[in-house]
Amino acid sequence: MEDRDTLINLCYTMLLIRRTEEKILELLLQGKLASSMCHVSIGQEAVAVGVCSAMQPQDYLTSTHRGHGHIIARGGDLRRIIAELLGRATGYCKGRGGSMHLVDINLGHLGSNGIVGGHIGIATGAALWSSLQNDGRVTVAFFGEGAMTEGIFHEAANMASLWRLPIVFVCENNQYAMSLPWTHATAEHSFARKGEAYGMPGVEVDGQDVLAVRQVALQAIEHARCGEGPTLIGAQTYRFLGHSRGDPSPYRDKEEENRQRARDPIRLYQERLFREGVLTQADVDAMEAKVTEVIADAVRFAEESPPASLDSVLEDVFA
Amino acid sequence: MRKIRYREALREALREEMQRDPRVFVIGEDIGRYGGAYAVTQGLLQEFGPKRIIDAPMSEAIIVGAALGAAIVGGRPVAEIMYIDFATLAMDQIVNQAAKLHCMFGGQLMAPLVIRTQQGTGRGAGPQHSQSLEAWFAHVPGLKVVMPATSFDAKGLLKSAIRDNNPVMFIEHKGLYALEGEVPEDEYTIPLGVADIKRPGNNVTLIAYSYMVHLALAAAQELSQIGISAEVVDLRTLVPLDMDALVTSVTKTRRAVVVHEASLFGGFGAEIAASLQEKLFNILAAPVRRLGGLHVPLPAHSQLEKQVVPNGAQIGQVVKEMVSTEVVARHEIA
Repeated sequence: MEDRDTLINLCYTMLLIRRTEEKILELLLQGKLASSMCHVSIGQEAVAVGVCSAMQPQDYLTSTHRGHGHIIARGGDLRRIIAELLGRATGYCKGRGGSMHLVDINLGHLGSNGIVGGHIGIATGAALWSSLQNDGRVTVAFFGEGAMTEGIFHEAANMASLWRLPIVFVCENNQYAMSLPWTHATAEHSFARKGEAYGMPGVEVDGQDVLAVRQVALQAIEHARCGEGPTLIGAQTYRFLGHSRGDPSPYRDKEEENRQRARDPIRLYQERLFREGVLTQADVDAMEAKVTEVIADAVRFAEESPPASLDSVLEDVFA
Repeated sequence: MRKIRYREALREALREEMQRDPRVFVIGEDIGRYGGAYAVTQGLLQEFGPKRIIDAPMSEAIIVGAALGAAIVGGRPVAEIMYIDFATLAMDQIVNQAAKLHCMFGGQLMAPLVIRTQQGTGRGAGPQHSQSLEAWFAHVPGLKVVMPATSFDAKGLLKSAIRDNNPVMFIEHKGLYALEGEVPEDEYTIPLGVADIKRPGNNVTLIAYSYMVHLALAAAQELSQIGISAEVVDLRTLVPLDMDALVTSVTKTRRAVVVHEASLFGGFGAEIAASLQEKLFNILAAPVRRLGGLHVPLPAHSQLEKQVVPNGAQIGQVVKEMVSTEVVARHEIA
C-alpha cells in the first residue's frame, strides 16, 4: 500500500499539469506565447505522473512534443517552463526552445523533442552509457503511439533489448497520431506481442489509472535497473483536446469523446481517494487553491522576466 | 620521418584518444570483429574490448542516436557510418537532433559526438556507395565538417574532432586509405578550422579538400613545367571554414579554382566562389572557377565513373584558360 504523501502528491501533480496546461491555452489565446507551436496533454496526465513517480532522482527521461506533463511530473521549475513558453531569457532554453523543446539536465530530463520518435534514439544512448558505466541509472523514453510506426523506434527497441539496456519504453497511446487512429496505423495492437517481437516484456495498462501506471512503471524500472533489460509499456489514454490549436478533431465522433472524457484520470483518482478516505473535498479545494497560486506565481515571474534578446540568435550554435 | 597509411593514422588517433580518455568509445557496423569495412578499427577490439569497440546491428539511425544519447550524458562516442550514403538513414539523428541540441536547449546540453564516415569514387561502388555529400552537412548549422586529405591531417584532425564538444562529421575518402604520408611519432593535434597551404604559388590558387587535394597537387606540378605557379590550399575543414586563409591566398594570386568531387550543382564550391567574389571582386584577375562532378547518379562502371568526377587534366586546362603566359608575366613584373 502506498503511503499517504505519495497518494496525495500524485493527485497534486496531475492537477498542477491540468491547470498549467489550461493556463497555457489561455496565454496562447491571448497571443502571449512566443511560438505558435503548442500541444497540450489534457486527459493524459496520469501516464506522466504515474511513471515519473516511479523514477529515482538519478534517472533520465526523454519527452515528446506533448511534453509539458513530463517535465512538471519530473519536478521541473514551473517558472522556467512558463518563461520558456513566453519567450523569456529566464526560460529553460533562454526562450528559444518553446513548448516542444523543454529540458532540465539537472533533473535528468534530456529534452522534449519536435520530431516524433526522434528522441527515442537519445534515450537509448543514455541507457547505453549507463550500461557501459554500470551507473545504476534507468532511462524512460516517453512517446506516443505515432512514434511506434517510425523506424527509429524499431531500431531502438531492437538494440535496447539485444544489449539489455536499462530503459523503459513508455507508449502513451492516446489513440490518434494527429488524425490517424491507432487501428489504422498498425496491424498488431497487443503491446504484449509487440514487446515479444523485440524480446522484451510488453505490458498494457489503463493510462487513466495513475496508480496502475505507477505499479507497472515501478516494476519495469526495477527490471531495467537489475540488468534485465527494457520493457515496453502501453498506457491506454486519450487526448481530450485536438492535436494542437485549431484542430477541432473532425476525425473523432463526439460520442467517443464524451465516453473517454468521462474517464478523466484526475476525477477518477480523486473519487477513489474520497472513497478510501485519503482526501476530502475540502482537501481538494485547498489543493486547487495552491495550484492556482503556484501557476500565478510562475506566470508573474515569466511576465516580469526580460524577453530573449534578439541578438541571442547567434549564441550557442556551437558549444 | 616515418610514413604510415591514412587508415593507420586514423587508427592511431582512435587508439591514442581511447587511451587518453576512458569516455571515448566507438560504435558502428563491422568495426570490431571484422575490423571495419575499410580496416580503420582493425585490432582495436582486441585492445579495448567489446564495451569500447561496439559492433552494432545494421541500424544507422540508432547507431547515431545511441552515440548522441551517450554523448549528452557524459560519453565521447565515435560513431562509424560505413558509407556516407548510409548516413541518409540517420539524417534525423544528425540534422534534427545532434546539430540542434545545444542551441535549441539554450546551451544546457552538449553533443560531443564524432560521426566517422567515408565517401567518394574510385572503386566503382556505384550510385549508392560513392556519393560526395559534404555540402548537405555543411549546410546545417551546428555541425562541423572535417575532410582530411593526408595521413598527417587525418590523425591530427580526428584527435581534435574527438576532443571537440560539438557534433563533427568526419568525412574520409575511400580512395585515400592506403595512401602513405609522413606522420610524426610524437603526439600532435590539428585545430579544426585551419586551412593548409599544401604547395605555395603565385599565379593561381587551387582550393580543394579530401581526395581532390592530390589531383590539385599533381596539376600544380604539371603547371609549373609551363611556368605557372599554382598555390594549393587544402581546406581540411569545411565547417569551420578558414575564409581568411582563402582571402590571403587569392589576394596574392588574384585567381582561384575550387575543385571538388561532389556534384558541381549546389556544391560547396559555389559557397567559396561566391564568398571570394564578394570579398575580392576588385582584385580578381578572372572569375573564380569551379570544377566538380557532373550532376548525375554515379555509375558503377569504373570507366564511366571516371567521366563523372574532375580529373587533373581538367584542373590544368581551367588554369591555363585563366592564366595566359602574358598575364603571368605582367603579374610577376608587378
